[in-house]
Amino acid sequence: MPHIDLNNDLPGIRGLLAFRPEVAGPMGELANILLRDTDGLSPVDREFIATHVSWLNDCFYCHHSHGAIACHYLGGEMDLVDQVRNDYLHAPISEKLKALLTIAGKVQQAGKAVLPEDVENARRHGATDRDIHDTVLIAAAFCMFNRYVDGLAATTPTDLSTYGPRARQVAEKGYGNHIISEKQPAA
Amino acid sequence: MAYINVEQGVPGIRSLVLFRPDTGKPLYELAQILLRGPSTLSPAERELIAAYVSSRNQCFFCTNSHAAAARCLYGDEGSVVDEALLDPENAGLTGKMKALLNIAGKVQILGKEVTELDILLAREQGADDREIHDTVLIAAAFSMFNRYVDGLASWTPTDPAAYAEMGRRMADKGYVLPQPVNQ
Repeated sequence: MPHIDLNNDLPGIRGLLAFRPEVAGPMGELANILLRDTDGLSPVDREFIATHVSWLNDCFYCHHSHGAIACHYLGGEMDLVDQVRNDYLHAPISEKLKALLTIAGKVQQAGKAVLPEDVENARRHGATDRDIHDTVLIAAAFCMFNRYVDGLAATTPTDLSTYGPRARQVAEKGYGNHIISEKQPAA
Repeated sequence: MAYINVEQGVPGIRSLVLFRPDTGKPLYELAQILLRGPSTLSPAERELIAAYVSSRNQCFFCTNSHAAAARCLYGDEGSVVDEALLDPENAGLTGKMKALLNIAGKVQILGKEVTELDILLAREQGADDREIHDTVLIAAAFSMFNRYVDGLASWTPTDPAAYAEMGRRMADKGYVLPQPVNQ
């Protein structure tokens, strides 16, 4: 049960944003730009970073939600999502993405944990300034989203089959106020 | 020097949002709503929560800039900011602010660290749902801002006078997205 009375029964961050709609605008806009931009990193790469950081932060709602969105983009390759989530160094992904996931993992610990050699390694594998910027900001943003969701004990569905329909909704329409203002997708 | 090619001589998050203004816009809007928008917590109290979380995250830039803003906003009682950053339990703060800083400190560690007892203690001191919500989100947001600023090694001034000036600007003007100098 959430720590505060949200006056709604929406799952995860949706319930929190419906309680405080003033912040839903900028938070949705931030997620939409960071996770759906196609410049440099693909939306799948971006969701992988979000999923991995959320997993490191032990945020069940966020790592399952973003893992499901990545899986949707990939046409159902859940094994790949699961491997990237917790064992990306051995996953069949590019060396560039591995180097960026390493940076994201450092950001999850603390900003100062990111070392010049981590950045040089990513550059060696082709990462641009924009890729590095977006990786750090996605990882930092999920250190916010994860703490927001778990810090208020937001409602976390344990039935994993409920994550797919919400993932499809986000994949099709993006992040934004529709996730709290429209009817929740049925399983 | 920052890890990416940002404008030289522009400090901290300002250099990063100039590098990518489209993400800077919602970041500044969020800061403005959380730290200056309508709330039963004063802007001074909310800046103190931001400075406290930044201090626990050892983010020199964010700690010093938000502490400077909080000192300005507390006015004659500005020394309470320094007391709170050193030892919140014994600082000259209300019981409610102490309980909210306790929650913010838990959020800084990890979301799940916040317990029902922490919430109960805040309620006993008069905190309502909205104040608890905003405390958690301010603490969570600074867990982001701190990592953004330090994760890209953005320029961190060391001169205290630079922070005093930033604090005055933040107290007077709030959070307005910086615009490029040379267009």
